[in-house]
Amino acid sequence: MSRSSGAAALKVTDAVPVFTALADATRLRLLGRLSVDGPLSIARLSEGTGVTRQAITRHLDALGRVGLVRDARRGRERVFSLDAKRLEIARQYLDRVAAQWDAAAARLKAFVEVDSR
Amino acid sequence: MNTDRIEKRVVLRAPRSRVWRAISDAKEFATWFRITLDGAFAEGRTVRGRVAIPGHEHLKVEMQVERIEPERYFSYRWHPYPKDPAMDYSAEPMTLVEFTLEEAEGGTALTIVESGFDRIPLERRAEAFRMNTEGWGGQIQKLERYVS
Repeated sequence: MSRSSGAAALKVTDAVPVFTALADATRLRLLGRLSVDGPLSIARLSEGTGVTRQAITRHLDALGRVGLVRDARRGRERVFSLDAKRLEIARQYLDRVAAQWDAAAARLKAFVEVDSR
Repeated sequence: MNTDRIEKRVVLRAPRSRVWRAISDAKEFATWFRITLDGAFAEGRTVRGRVAIPGHEHLKVEMQVERIEPERYFSYRWHPYPKDPAMDYSAEPMTLVEFTLEEAEGGTALTIVESGFDRIPLERRAEAFRMNTEGWGGQIQKLERYVS
């Protein structure tokens, strides 16, 4: 997991706690399952993960605190589904890719304009 | 809100033929894009290489060239950022990248469109944030820029 980048990561995640919640492979898998098969109970979400229900519950609660998932009671079970923040992930991702294209376009501009002066 | 598509438009102070060469010639494309490529672009052809930015050379690039209309349009499909070298993306949907050239006052207008992001699984897009906190170098500063 994170090593020397920890301090820098903290500054970012102070501003956007959603990134902290996403910085974990188990949580990403949970999010993936919920985006395809949700809503799902803790029991269903734990199946085949090799992770205990208690640990899965903690991960889900962490995702819940930043609004990525929400839960409802179904009988004695808690059932989780994806929440509106999924749009934020999609938007932030696109911002990231857009920044890469800005940088690439700037390099192309410098590349072709050098010959044309 | 649109989460499927990015569009960038830039005016380059260079003749259209010059811009076209920089985009359609694989050697030139590789230079400014900072990748290596193993062959020339041709419609229907897949060209492979690696990222040429120090510290990122382990990242593979694969471009499936879609359409080439000389001096006007160039498009290809690929697996977009981020690319985890440990992952096999071959079964996943690709995005389409399109370059369109037009005459503009003082040079050439270039429009770059990348589309198809909504077909990329959400958890794959969220992966960008995990890779960041696991040390994707300078990306973190960029992220700080948009959140501040």
